[in-house]
Amino acid sequence: MSLPEPTQRPLTQHVDHNREAYNLAEYEAHGGYESVRKMLTELSPSAGLELLKASDLRGRGGAGFPTGMKWSFVPMQSEAERLANPMQKYIVANADEMEPGTFKDRVIMEGCPHLLVEGMIVGAAILQATTGYIFIRGEYIEAAEKLNRAISECREKGWLGKNILGSGWDFDLHVHTSAGRYICGEETALLNSLEGKRATPRAKPPFPQVSGLWGKPTIVNNVETLANIPNIINYGAEWFKGLSLTEDAGTKLYGVSGRVNKAGCWELPMGTTARELLEVHAGGMRDGYKLKTFLPGGGSTPLLLPEHLDTPMDYTHIGKIGSRMGTGTMIMIDDQVDFLGALKNLEHFFAQESCGFCTPCRDGLPWVEKTLDKIIRGKGTSADIEWLDRATVNLNMGFTFCAHAPGAMGPLESALKYFRAEFETRIKLHHSETV
Amino acid sequence: MAKLTVDDQDYDVADGNNLLHACLSIGLDLPYFCWHPCMGSVGACRQCAVKQYADENDERGRVVMACMTPASDGARISINDKQAKDFRAGVIELLMTNHPHDCPVCEEGGECHLQDMTEMSGHTTRTYDEQKRTHNNQYLGPLINHEMNRCISCYRCVRYYKDYAGGRDLDAMGAHHHVYFGRHTDGVLESPFAGNLVEVCPTGVFTDKTFSAHYSRKWDLQTSPSVCQHCAAGCNITPGERYGTLKRITNRYNADVNGYFLCDRGRFGYGFVNSDDRVTQPLARETINHADNTNSDTAIQCSTENSLTRLTQALKDPATIAIGSPRASLESNFALQSAVGESRFYRGIAPSEDTTINTLLKFQQSSCVNSASQRTIESCDAVLILGEDLTHTSPRTALSLRQTVRQRARELADEARIPFWQDAAVRELAQQEKSPLFIINTHKGDLDDIAENTYFNSPQKIARLGFAIAEQLRDKSGALSASLTPEEKEMCSTIVNALSQAKRPLIIAGASLLNEDVLNSALDVIKSLHINREEVIQAHLVVPEVNSIGLAMLTQSSAERSLSEALKQIESGAAKRLVVLENDLYQRVNPEKLDAALEKLDEIIVIDHVWHNGMAKADLIIPAASFAEGDGTVVSSEGRAQRFFATFPVNADNSSANDSWQWVNQALDNRWKNFDAIVNACAESNDLLAPIADLAPPADYRQHGLKVPRMSHRYSGRTALSANINVSEVKQPADPQTALGFTMEGSNVNAPGPLRNTAWAPGWNSNQSIHKFQDEVGGPLTGGSSGLCLFGSAESNELEFGVPSEQTSNADFSAIPFYHIFGSDELSNFAAPIAERSPQAYLALNPLDAAQLDLTQGDGATLRFENLQQVFSLTVVIRPELIRGLVGLPIGLGGLTRHLLEHSPLLEKNLAWQRVPSGRDQNVIATDQSIGLSEGLVP
Amino acid sequence: MTEIDTQLVAQLTEQETQEILKLASHYDYPQAASIEALKIVQHYRGWVSDESLQAIAKLIEMSAEELDSVATFYSLIFRSPVGNNVIMLCDGITCWMHGCEQLKNCLSEKLGIDYGETTPDNQFTLIPVTCQGACDRAPVALKNMKLHTELNESSVLALTTLESQNRLGGSK
Ligand SMILES: Cc1cc2nc3c(=O)[nH]c(=O)nc-3n(C[C@H](O)[C@H](O)[C@H](O)COP(=O)(O)O)c2cc1C
Ligand code: SF4
Ligand code: FES
Repeated sequence: MSLPEPTQRPLTQHVDHNREAYNLAEYEAHGGYESVRKMLTELSPSAGLELLKASDLRGRGGAGFPTGMKWSFVPMQSEAERLANPMQKYIVANADEMEPGTFKDRVIMEGCPHLLVEGMIVGAAILQATTGYIFIRGEYIEAAEKLNRAISECREKGWLGKNILGSGWDFDLHVHTSAGRYICGEETALLNSLEGKRATPRAKPPFPQVSGLWGKPTIVNNVETLANIPNIINYGAEWFKGLSLTEDAGTKLYGVSGRVNKAGCWELPMGTTARELLEVHAGGMRDGYKLKTFLPGGGSTPLLLPEHLDTPMDYTHIGKIGSRMGTGTMIMIDDQVDFLGALKNLEHFFAQESCGFCTPCRDGLPWVEKTLDKIIRGKGTSADIEWLDRATVNLNMGFTFCAHAPGAMGPLESALKYFRAEFETRIKLHHSETV
Repeated sequence: MAKLTVDDQDYDVADGNNLLHACLSIGLDLPYFCWHPCMGSVGACRQCAVKQYADENDERGRVVMACMTPASDGARISINDKQAKDFRAGVIELLMTNHPHDCPVCEEGGECHLQDMTEMSGHTTRTYDEQKRTHNNQYLGPLINHEMNRCISCYRCVRYYKDYAGGRDLDAMGAHHHVYFGRHTDGVLESPFAGNLVEVCPTGVFTDKTFSAHYSRKWDLQTSPSVCQHCAAGCNITPGERYGTLKRITNRYNADVNGYFLCDRGRFGYGFVNSDDRVTQPLARETINHADNTNSDTAIQCSTENSLTRLTQALKDPATIAIGSPRASLESNFALQSAVGESRFYRGIAPSEDTTINTLLKFQQSSCVNSASQRTIESCDAVLILGEDLTHTSPRTALSLRQTVRQRARELADEARIPFWQDAAVRELAQQEKSPLFIINTHKGDLDDIAENTYFNSPQKIARLGFAIAEQLRDKSGALSASLTPEEKEMCSTIVNALSQAKRPLIIAGASLLNEDVLNSALDVIKSLHINREEVIQAHLVVPEVNSIGLAMLTQSSAERSLSEALKQIESGAAKRLVVLENDLYQRVNPEKLDAALEKLDEIIVIDHVWHNGMAKADLIIPAASFAEGDGTVVSSEGRAQRFFATFPVNADNSSANDSWQWVNQALDNRWKNFDAIVNACAESNDLLAPIADLAPPADYRQHGLKVPRMSHRYSGRTALSANINVSEVKQPADPQTALGFTMEGSNVNAPGPLRNTAWAPGWNSNQSIHKFQDEVGGPLTGGSSGLCLFGSAESNELEFGVPSEQTSNADFSAIPFYHIFGSDELSNFAAPIAERSPQAYLALNPLDAAQLDLTQGDGATLRFENLQQVFSLTVVIRPELIRGLVGLPIGLGGLTRHLLEHSPLLEKNLAWQRVPSGRDQNVIATDQSIGLSEGLVP
Repeated sequence: MTEIDTQLVAQLTEQETQEILKLASHYDYPQAASIEALKIVQHYRGWVSDESLQAIAKLIEMSAEELDSVATFYSLIFRSPVGNNVIMLCDGITCWMHGCEQLKNCLSEKLGIDYGETTPDNQFTLIPVTCQGACDRAPVALKNMKLHTELNESSVLALTTLESQNRLGGSK
């Protein structure tokens, strides 16, 4: 069938909460799996990869690493080599979505599971991967069921299995439901978890692209990242770049939560400003609440202030003002919330979710949490603020084994930067009370 | 070589290592926890942070973990950088938040890596005033204590226990700051290498339970360089003594042999030294006439002079013969041999073992074979084991084999350009890939889990398969190969392929099956490989006892000197008196035959240190020093001669024990002036033994005019130890025999390797200080390692091995030995914790044989032997892999000794047998409860 | 398998055994199915007892320690008994801002239990969970793994109605 006209909302065009998600026939009728056909009949793996690189797609899992570049490290076989003896390679969808405040991958998986499945098949075709896994958090039962249904439809129809479209290429896909732990979302910890082990991260190098799942080349990407690929293959790199308002290509699933009028998740051009997200799409703060600060993209991103609202939400711009776009799902913190309490809530989360492998994270985060608690209880001293300052150095990037603890330091460090007075007031309060 | 700049100083370091390894190798101090030279890096503790600079112009640098960063050529780093230092102090501060600070009551105190690193990192003030997390401790068996609150979560224990030693019953539990290292439930740690946890754990979580029972601080222990006496692997140990009690054994680093690790028999089997069964005074048999006209024999104390006189008379009598021992030192054996003359000195080992060891010894002299040390073993890439259950016959060697099979991982890592020290990454990469290891034996063993292929059959079939492999290696697909079953054929060609393709194949065999054909077939494989590859082949040939090889060398493998020959001399009446050296002959030969022979003698003199059956008939018992109180030389399976030195002096007040060789020497009117003199005499007497003269510096060796001290320089209360007896300071006992002193004067910092009793360096009180005394971390000791290999390749190999004919025996059953790391060794069984770990005596049967006798698992069977009166009543263990017609007997348990294997066993069901209720530990072969060892033996 | 092994594995139902073995066959190494195997048993029994854990370990060729090491790492594997109904309240930051602590107090008061506890009649267990990815509908809770959104003090109490047939401690 011919491709329908491209849309401005390639990720969510088929998502409609008022009806069941498309089954395979419906999805195909709307152009589903055309990218797979195109990949297997018209494009070589290297051409597919070039397209991906040209599209400037950046990972939507939080770090924004260029996807094409990441994929280019995967060792490739020639067609003849592959047909003779295919190298085991894996493609993994990171559907763990446990970053506090993040609820975007769920939208794709529940609203249009076939899009993710298509993204994985076409991605696998580019990488010549042999097996795929969707690593999904245990609580997403509905999404897992829908994905499983989509996968079995594909198996029946021949989009998955042996010799797909007569190409001589075999590929199968499995859903793996997790058993809980935020750290499973870290891509190397995820691999350990898939192998049935404790989800402690692995050292890099070697990178998973070279030695990943069971020591074989493996690509791990976020759900949203993978869901972008079918349309890039279908409509090309220029179209994809054209979707964006800024340099960072494509659309983005943005979300807003907190005490706003209409919390939600929307697909919008990359580079939409935080203000537009808050005021137009989320309907502004609820009456009586004023925005005090916000986390631009999940619990591990440094806080921003109302004055930052006009910054375009993309990797580059948010990076420049000292935070990270992360998952693009904003948590708005209003003026009436107990700010230190909210911070303690976050640090509690990170402390509990540490895998326990490296010292700064395992033993540092609980102390951070306890210190915040102490300050909140009015028992803090200036030594406690000093310790928090020290933590933001010693638990940060490069000092810990993985990015978990540094993630926890994002909000803390920015809180100490922007709201130091609040810490100090709590301590002074205590002192004036006791003196 | 790579150039490394540390804090503006240039150094040359070896290529390919990480920065931590490099820094420690050049003698710098850098704290660490999770890294271990044998286990590589995982980057968990974050303690080893340094600042790394990109190049000459980089001023800012970047903090990296030294253990995770390659020391590449031109690397520029700083240890003293403020940010790195602050971070390191911060890491210790974090580690200590949950640590109980219980050093005063902790067994690790004073030799604790955590204490050392805390000092080194400069964390001095505690600011954390929140609650600490606490854990429950587990019961881990009789050997090891568990005190989890001291844990700093470095993950070393599980990495050692699981990854290095192959254990499966210890793991990391839980997550975040609740991680817990222990078992699923309370219970005995199963690995026979669990004891190393005591040294691997950098703090006091895992400690030596036997040591706790009579604890002293490390600095209060008197120590000496010594060699483990419980098998022939030759592991180097450091025994520690205080108040005349041997308190513990720790590892003594030897790069070629045991490296950093011992087995649990060696570590915890020292109890015999302190045993109530020690003979401390000469005892003479007196016949007492009772009032009712009956007589009875009693052993009564006899003066030293008297016993010496009797010994002198005996040694002078031409009708005296002497029997030596594979568990006594070369010097003691040599002294006795010199005293009675070579022709009247006999080897004290079972006849079945005798010929096997002779063949083995001859073969080791040939030019086709190199006797592989444990370190060499770890570098081989294909292994064939014929007829050895190594975990139980040479435990430390088995631990090495677990590293050998990782050669494949090393290759894969090289291909993927991942340094081997990147431990987790290499394990992920290699997954279950291993270098080929083939095990051919009579029954399953504890290395099967890492074997590519295993094969179980009778000794005859094993030998035939071995010879078939040899035949195929020589491309002579002859009659033997044709006679194999399809399964055997496949096994045979897989093995031949693997051995041929390997860069460095290794053959392991030995004397354990007491079957010459099996050994010969292995030797033929080595010879064939040698012909095929035109190179020297690596082999490790296992013998049973600490000095089996030394004894064999001393007696030059002459058939006339076997124990059977000795018995003939006695039976014929040619011998009238017998002197037995450190040997329980009842373990060696048929007791009925021995009883009858001994009856004929006029006088029996036994020189030994613990009470055993062999003493019951002695007329005079002379107390010998144990290895802990004596000096001597022993020769390991590898052919490595090593010196052990007395840890503490025999206490003259309580004991007149003395080195066996000294008793003989005194009886000979001091033929040898001192220990060095007898060592030299022994070396001169025998070409094979010549190198032993150079094993260690002589007694007059001095450093700055002083001997090497056995006591630490912090040894407390030395001058007041006996103040309750006499207020004047007692003179320290002298040690005229060796270059070590029973003192704290002097220094062992620059001691030659063979005299190094313990390792200590400023700031390094734990065993980790050893890297201050290594050429390079993990390399040989500065000052020379201990030991010299006595196997030369003097002769070209002329040995020919006859292929055994396919025998048919009339007997229904034949007995084969099963060995147990806990239970099969005579001396370690004296240690209560080892006895607790030993299984109950049993007999193992194929299920079909058992069914035919109407026996099931746990039933009782009565075991007799053709031509023997002895009857055993044993519990039945079903072993499906055992071939029909074989009866597995646990050597050393319940009175089952090697000599029994020479007879045909007769079996029947024991209807009176009471089943042992099924016990808590289902995995142990026989349950270790309710029935004491002796109850298995029905008189 | 020896006598003892069979006894141990018999701790599991035929159904559980079959499901676990089928899953294990998907992988090169049966141990890779460890987490799923634990979840299967938890699905039928609500939690994973020592005996179940030992049986699963035997089945997929792991030691009890190796499996327990995995089981105790993950927060959705219950190694101690839970009630027939498991209520998991989200304590993620958005739900926290929307008053999840008050909701917890309501539940605690009604049920008489704190987090991590089970009612004496064994009907309810209360557990906190991390952000459920439904922040746009905060505050939320899972009851027997089913999501309930936009809770308030009255709707959260509705969660304490008994559900029949829900020993489902987790999804498979
Ligand atoms: C502690 C931690 C948790 C993470 N959780 C997730 C997650 O839930 N989902 C996700 O897609 N990426 C997560 N990531 C990022 C992944 O490690 C990885 O970068 C991402 O899956 C790569 O995909 P992308 O390139 O498509 O973004 C996490 C990272 C860290 C350090
Ligand atoms: S920072 Fe360390 S302890 Fe924390 S999750 Fe990463 S590896 Fe684990
Ligand atoms: S020793 Fe380097 S991180 Fe532990």
